[in-house]
Amino acid sequence: MKLGIMVSEGPYTHQAADTAYNFAKAALEKGHEIYRVFFYHDGVNNGTGYTTPPQDDRNIVNRWSELAQQHNLDLVVCVAAAQRRGIVDADEQKRHGKSGNNLAPGFRISGLGQLVEAGIQCDRLVTFGD
Amino acid sequence: MDEMDMEEGGAVKKFMFVNRKAPYGTIYALEGLEVVLISAAFDQDVSLAFCDDGVYELKKGQDTKGIGVKNFSPTYRALEGYDIEKLYVEKESLEARGLTEDDLLVDVQVLSSAELGAMMAEQDVVISF
Amino acid sequence: MLHIINKSPFERSSLDSCLRIAQGGALLLIEDGVYAAGKGSAAEAKIKQAMGGMKVYALGPDVAARGLADRVIDGVTLVDYAGFVDLVAENTNVQSWL
Repeated sequence: MKLGIMVSEGPYTHQAADTAYNFAKAALEKGHEIYRVFFYHDGVNNGTGYTTPPQDDRNIVNRWSELAQQHNLDLVVCVAAAQRRGIVDADEQKRHGKSGNNLAPGFRISGLGQLVEAGIQCDRLVTFGD
Repeated sequence: MDEMDMEEGGAVKKFMFVNRKAPYGTIYALEGLEVVLISAAFDQDVSLAFCDDGVYELKKGQDTKGIGVKNFSPTYRALEGYDIEKLYVEKESLEARGLTEDDLLVDVQVLSSAELGAMMAEQDVVISF
Repeated sequence: MLHIINKSPFERSSLDSCLRIAQGGALLLIEDGVYAAGKGSAAEAKIKQAMGGMKVYALGPDVAARGLADRVIDGVTLVDYAGFVDLVAENTNVQSWL
């Protein structure tokens, strides 16, 4: 089955990102396809590569990047929500004249249409948030 | 599948956006509305449900000058221009908040909890904010 | 239809809203939503009533994490993440009562 996931909260503050990750992993293990993981609201903070948790804690951002690499996942960070919250890739950095960029490997920044399109393409869309 | 259900990109799906959060206190209502506006470009069968504190999104007379935040409530009135005309409000949520249909800034269809639940169950995609 | 609750019933009204609006289907308690599955809690009556029209599940790892493993209401079925995926696949659509 083709599954879509929306993550609406950032890592660490809410469990949503952990639950979404565990769900995605279980779905992949069962042979389902994850068509896209869309990060919205504060969920865009799942895509900041500046995240450096203590060594004995899970690295939620790296965990997404690794899962994306292993399974060729499409991790999409909403551009409007990301700009509000200071998540930029190299292109956005140039366009807005920022001093750096912080989008983690395996993520891409795109529009909200990607969420609606996931709803159209997927058999199920599951939201994880607060 | 009959022809009515077909669009260029495939079948039309029933999307319901469920709004359960009040505006301003958190960003969910505003960013939820942004998704609704984008969805109009995809020619899907879109409806909006308002229940719990989501009904406050439609309250008349919102004036945000004093808090320095943009008043986005007029956008709900513009939805008709995007061919988004199915706005459902749960009666129980309105009543619990001392509101009636007259307090709302846009024309809606008021449904009972059970009617809203039945409508939700027949959607292809439910997205909650 | 699968209804997902991730809020404690003692802090937020998500469970009440879901039970008022949902017309049958399945109810899955996750994250802090699993506190509603605690035996002897003030939410027990609501969950038992819900069982009349819905099948009620709780996410086992969340139950265990919160120290509730030994006091889950009889009739609430525990599932793991794979079981969560199955519930999503078995039901035609999903609503998360955030």
